[in-house]
Amino acid sequence: MNEPLTATAAPLARLIDEFYKLPGIGPKSAQRLAYYLLRMPAREAQSLASAILEVKEKVVLCTVCQNVTEIDPCRVCSDDRRDRSVICVVEEPLDILAIERTHSYRGLHHVLHGAISPMDGIGPEELKVGELLARVRSGETQEVILATNPNLEGEATAMYLTRLLRPLGLKVTRLARGLPVGGDLEYADDVTLANALEGRQEMPD
Amino acid sequence: MPNARLYKTEAVVLRQRRLGDADRLLTIYTTAYGKLVVKAKGVRRTTSRMSGHLQPLTRCMLQLAQGHTSDVVAGCETLESFQPLHEDLDRLSRAVYVAELIDRMMPEKSPGMATYRLVVETLRRLASDDGGDMVLRHFEMTLLGQNGFQPELGNCTGCGTALEPVENFFAPRSGGMVCPSCASDSGGARAMSLTGLKVLRLLQRGSYEEAARLRIEAELATELERHLRSYIVCVLERDVNAAAFMERLRREARRLPART
Repeated sequence: MNEPLTATAAPLARLIDEFYKLPGIGPKSAQRLAYYLLRMPAREAQSLASAILEVKEKVVLCTVCQNVTEIDPCRVCSDDRRDRSVICVVEEPLDILAIERTHSYRGLHHVLHGAISPMDGIGPEELKVGELLARVRSGETQEVILATNPNLEGEATAMYLTRLLRPLGLKVTRLARGLPVGGDLEYADDVTLANALEGRQEMPD
Repeated sequence: MPNARLYKTEAVVLRQRRLGDADRLLTIYTTAYGKLVVKAKGVRRTTSRMSGHLQPLTRCMLQLAQGHTSDVVAGCETLESFQPLHEDLDRLSRAVYVAELIDRMMPEKSPGMATYRLVVETLRRLASDDGGDMVLRHFEMTLLGQNGFQPELGNCTGCGTALEPVENFFAPRSGGMVCPSCASDSGGARAMSLTGLKVLRLLQRGSYEEAARLRIEAELATELERHLRSYIVCVLERDVNAAAFMERLRREARRLPART
């Protein structure tokens, strides 16, 4: 909290305080943003304010895939050109965008909204795991692709989900780990390189 | 002239937290400086050359650069990746517990080679999976001893007399065992079987090999785990999060015995 300075008008000080609460914004940035808004045309400020309100009012979680959406079920879940037998499980809504950018996935998604992190006390009940289980039990799902991040938390989550999903008689797959495009072989760590060797593929003609 | 602001040390990565857009804040346990919190820049990008070497529960050689608030990783190379730990959820949950306990127990910048060796040996044992829970009990007991929290197992902490070979009580808040007549005076004292006490004494004397040779029944293993856990919670004045996850896995394994 900033000290109430007499040099700063009270509404402006309040705006600075609000900005200061945002992630990655320090006291100086908060001031800069607030003064920038002050000089902004009223129309633009109005549009920013309404955008913030609209996001809070209209964006909900899709009851099927738990992605953020303004219509429920979301566009992907209600699209009948999608392959409904495959579900790709990701940690965050942004991961869906990354997967969609590839244009090579036509199945459905499921957002967990986090990853299991035993040290931080984040267990399966903090994630949308129950929703995923209910979904695969009731639906026409044949394969679940675990696309959690290839780090400790993501791997723990993938292994945990495998334990729950395997007994249901599904095909459970994990995204391959290998070398990134544009990387140098000599800098690759042993785990990645070993995985890349294991998952090598014949050169296409 | 060598750059005085760059230094090298061997370390085990204990935990990582996200920072900013693509950075991570790592808690590491080093040979030269004990526990440190350092910044690793850009390691969340897939093209990062360092991220694979800086995963939690890897032993690596680090080059660190002094920074304003925290030091920054300038270079790193994996020495030991303990890969089996990352491939099995039970092993992983135990290893994460080890990392969390080190993180909570050790203060920053107080080096201790004995503790470093203990961490590396414990991770190796967990990766080779030869002792199961005994590895953790040995780790807990040794870590407590190295940090001056060795529980009193010979005499009663209430009246000071040597313990009789009967069922005595373990009182975390008194710092060790209490005899049956003092047990009612010390809060939170719980019965400890004679075999349980003997195993704890053996663990306190230190050799893992001796402890690993013991055949421990499931019931005794649970008793030892409970007593040590309550003592650790008392020392740390807080719970160990990873312990809850280990328990959860065990509970679910009982419920789903048909898993592969």
